[in-house]
Amino acid sequence: MSGRPQRETIEIVVNGRPLQAPPGTLQALVDSQSLSAVKVATAVNGHFVAASRRATTLLQPGDRVEIVSPRQGG
Amino acid sequence: MTTLSADEVQRYKRHLVLREVGAQGQQKLKAARVLVIGAGGLGSPVLLYLAAAGVGTLGVIDDDRVSIDNLQRQVLHSTPAAGQLKVESAAATIKGINPLIRVETFAERLTPDNALHIISGFDIVADGSDNFATRYLVADACYFAKKPLVYAALGALDGYVSVFKPHEIKADGTPFPTLRCLFPEAPPAGLVANCSEVGVLGPVAGVIGTLQATETVKEILQIGDSLAGRLMIYDALASRFDTIEVSWDPGNPLSGLKPVLRDLSSHKQTSGPACAAE
Repeated sequence: MSGRPQRETIEIVVNGRPLQAPPGTLQALVDSQSLSAVKVATAVNGHFVAASRRATTLLQPGDRVEIVSPRQGG
Repeated sequence: MTTLSADEVQRYKRHLVLREVGAQGQQKLKAARVLVIGAGGLGSPVLLYLAAAGVGTLGVIDDDRVSIDNLQRQVLHSTPAAGQLKVESAAATIKGINPLIRVETFAERLTPDNALHIISGFDIVADGSDNFATRYLVADACYFAKKPLVYAALGALDGYVSVFKPHEIKADGTPFPTLRCLFPEAPPAGLVANCSEVGVLGPVAGVIGTLQATETVKEILQIGDSLAGRLMIYDALASRFDTIEVSWDPGNPLSGLKPVLRDLSSHKQTSGPACAAE
């Protein structure tokens, strides 16, 4: 038990898996999930969100987010 | 339109009784010319199913030869075919499955110099290539040649399928998206791993390639809901399918309002593919 106040989180679904995330923008989520410099595509609740709109897209509890990384395999 | 022979009527009986295909649909399949880029993990199920379904002319382009470590997923090729050109192995397998169709082979790489010429000779393109350089070349060339592209790409345990026809206009007045609406540029070489580096679960290539074959047949027959404007995602570990809407990006460099790519010349500056050994 730490004396620090717990940060409030919201439950969202990222690439099909539940995630407790701090409330914020799609951009913040993408930044927190990115492991490399690869540019990704994003969608919220099945709708594509262009990179230019991520910083103004606020995530809501229950949102289904897809972070789509480029694939090249054949 | 061509008529069906007695042999064809017998062979395609299960299509002919299907309301969505029927004799007219089977004739459309027979008249269709489909170019498959790459005879590998995706190209294998695409070519097998399109051949069996009676697509009249299949083009296959691949400059590679069959190696034993391809056979874990590239089910078009057999062990005795190791060392053969993939297009020759592909043509032999296809002829065994369906001798009533034609195969046109191109034992070469798709390049900025030959892409438009080769693609223009077909009605629909299915991309099963294994590197970003070829994938962006295919997508751009299909846009300039005004050919629908049935797109599929594999990760190690997942994959994507879509249809790109950015030369056509949607009901809402905007163009359908292209690959560059989703990912404007190819990632820098080496940043995203490919199958030969990180591996791929064999049947995942089968799932994605079979979806690609199904969508190709749908485009030929003009039945059902096209994947144009949507990206289908398959996640094998989670056993999950998801489909997201993708719309035209007015800022994209190919089919946007201010396009900077007016021909395929930008592809000539790109050095070799990220993955040559596949």
